[in-house]
Amino acid sequence: MKYRDEYYDPAVARRLADRLGATVTRPWTVMEVCGGQTHTLVRQGIDQLLPDEIELVHGPGCPVCVTPLSVIDHAIEIAGRSDTTLCSYGDMLRVPGSNDDLLRVRAAGGDVRVVYSPLDAVQVARDTPDREVVFFAVGFETTAPANAMAVRVAAAEGLTNFSVLVAQVLVPPAMVAILTSPGNRVQGFLGPGHVCTVMGWTEYEPITDGFGVPIVVCGFEPIDLLEGLVMLVDQLQQGRSEIENQYVRSARREGNATARAVVAEVFEPCDRAWRGIGVLPGSGLRLRLPYRSLDAAERFPRRGAETAEPEVCIAGRVLLGRARPDQCPAFGTDCTPERPLGAPMVSSEGACAAYHAAGRVQVGDPAVRP
Amino acid sequence: MSSFACPAPLSPGARVLLGHGSGGTLSADLVRELFLPRFASAELNRLTDAAVVELEGVRVAFTTDAFVVQPTFFPGADIGVLAVNGTVNDLAMMGARPSFLSAAFVLEEGLGLDALVSVVDSMAATADRAGVRLVTGDTKVVERGAADGLYIVTSGIGVVPDGIELGPEHIDVGHAVVVSGPVGSHGVAVMSRRAGIEFDVDVESDSMSLVPLVDSLLEVANVHCLRDATRGGLATVLCELADASGCAIDIDEPRVPVLEPVRSACATLGLDPLYVANEGVFVAVLDASDVAAALEALRAHAGGSAAALLGEVGAGTGVHLRTALGVSRPLRLLSGEQLPRIC
Repeated sequence: MKYRDEYYDPAVARRLADRLGATVTRPWTVMEVCGGQTHTLVRQGIDQLLPDEIELVHGPGCPVCVTPLSVIDHAIEIAGRSDTTLCSYGDMLRVPGSNDDLLRVRAAGGDVRVVYSPLDAVQVARDTPDREVVFFAVGFETTAPANAMAVRVAAAEGLTNFSVLVAQVLVPPAMVAILTSPGNRVQGFLGPGHVCTVMGWTEYEPITDGFGVPIVVCGFEPIDLLEGLVMLVDQLQQGRSEIENQYVRSARREGNATARAVVAEVFEPCDRAWRGIGVLPGSGLRLRLPYRSLDAAERFPRRGAETAEPEVCIAGRVLLGRARPDQCPAFGTDCTPERPLGAPMVSSEGACAAYHAAGRVQVGDPAVRP
Repeated sequence: MSSFACPAPLSPGARVLLGHGSGGTLSADLVRELFLPRFASAELNRLTDAAVVELEGVRVAFTTDAFVVQPTFFPGADIGVLAVNGTVNDLAMMGARPSFLSAAFVLEEGLGLDALVSVVDSMAATADRAGVRLVTGDTKVVERGAADGLYIVTSGIGVVPDGIELGPEHIDVGHAVVVSGPVGSHGVAVMSRRAGIEFDVDVESDSMSLVPLVDSLLEVANVHCLRDATRGGLATVLCELADASGCAIDIDEPRVPVLEPVRSACATLGLDPLYVANEGVFVAVLDASDVAAALEALRAHAGGSAAALLGEVGAGTGVHLRTALGVSRPLRLLSGEQLPRIC
């Protein structure tokens, strides 16, 4: 398949892995930011091709995983209203709230629909004027433009039965949180290629400058990731800390001006809680004042009590890159995709789910075949 | 931890979730924990595509299947085509000669009669092609909203010729694992017409009778087990075979045939073609020495032109996939519905 198979070429992969082996002279700990990158790395077994000196830790770049329990509970509460349709991206449906998840709300009679675009949710609102239609606007900067567009379209049409439950998060504040967290080991980042396709990377320049860590904006296929690692390790070995772009076929320094404009028109930054991590300043988006009437959180105020995040798993440490999923004592035993204890086990982009889907087991488990 | 009560099939107050029908671990739990203990049937416990029972000294394969596909019509087939081929293929997987079918129709009030005519016409034509006769049936109508257009349940029987013994218990170390055609086409064809996700893709459902392919295969190869890779796709079937045989199955991922448009659609939607449903593809476990003859026999048929050797049966447990980069990883059952990813 054009534009795909060439990024899976085993000979090129071997060459890049050999190049890494020839370059690296000391241990480095690097983080891939995106869940999609984690998924490819683990699914294709790329981490097993790397020289021992390079340790990969997995970043928080899974929007499903970082959506806080209180927001999930709010969505579940809204979905349970008899006059309301909740539209969501598919992988939010399995995420456990305090007592329930959206799949079970649907099984119990709630009107929960999977949509593939927020504009589909707007269409549901047009088609069912007698029902409230709420779109669960989750995601990083990648989903923000389409979600903003849905808000703008609904506002322009005066669709009074449409609203959005916003749980948008931003990548750069999370990277800063990782770098400033006690015991941080991350020395360089494979940056989020799709987020940078939308936003560009000017926001990342203060991070490379301020913290002295290199960032390589990176794609999502095996060869992308290996090439990104070569560029990153080159910088680390040479003592450089710059932003470089591996994902040249998609990302530009300025990003996508049209997309950025619609995001800036509809959303503004706000403090936001991340599941397992806590509140990060300026790490989320909320609707700007002219669009605030479409805020589902205000239209349907939370009735249930605020629930604290249970300290049952090491999700926070996994999301901060301070532990690997297979180091968790619950991984694959008490915590599986069917019975997740923490959000990273839920979405296929979550580090724990990626490890589980790839058949990894707890470190030291004798069931591992060589 | 009780705050994270999760969808387990038998926990108190639990409800049926869509994932219980996905063919993954939730389905397996439902079958093993709810159905099997209550029916206590040796034939059912084998969990083969069809049961093989003895009637007056004759071995008969007997199977049933419900068809609820939405939409009713999709590129390459419709629910009627599936309802015939699905049951015919379950019989074929036991090496049986499918002979007779029953069909029960559950119709929703308000269903267009022209749609029903079209479905029944295609059932009749498909049965003709597969060489089976529909000999008994039933029709029920339910109130609008109580069904989604129409559901069809078919059952089928056929005689298993002497000397044919197929089943996962016959799988052994050193056997070869072959797939009869490209995987994922049916699931992608259906998805391409599903409300909310319509996309233009040049993919048709692979639904077809597998009887001619199986006949040709059994003529030239010493076959130990056949399994059609329907719900849950190739990966699920391989996991089930490894589990039921007590052996390991080692597969080379690059050898798995996938049509280009299917690969593209899956890459776009975040789906893994290994887990996407098929309606005209089966896995065969056979003697390694017969692989060349088996592939030649399968490739002589239009539906088998992409037949490929996937790997082999080894000692140990589970399914192990060698990726394009040459790294091996275990392949697992899916835990629920395959949900398109968020970004």
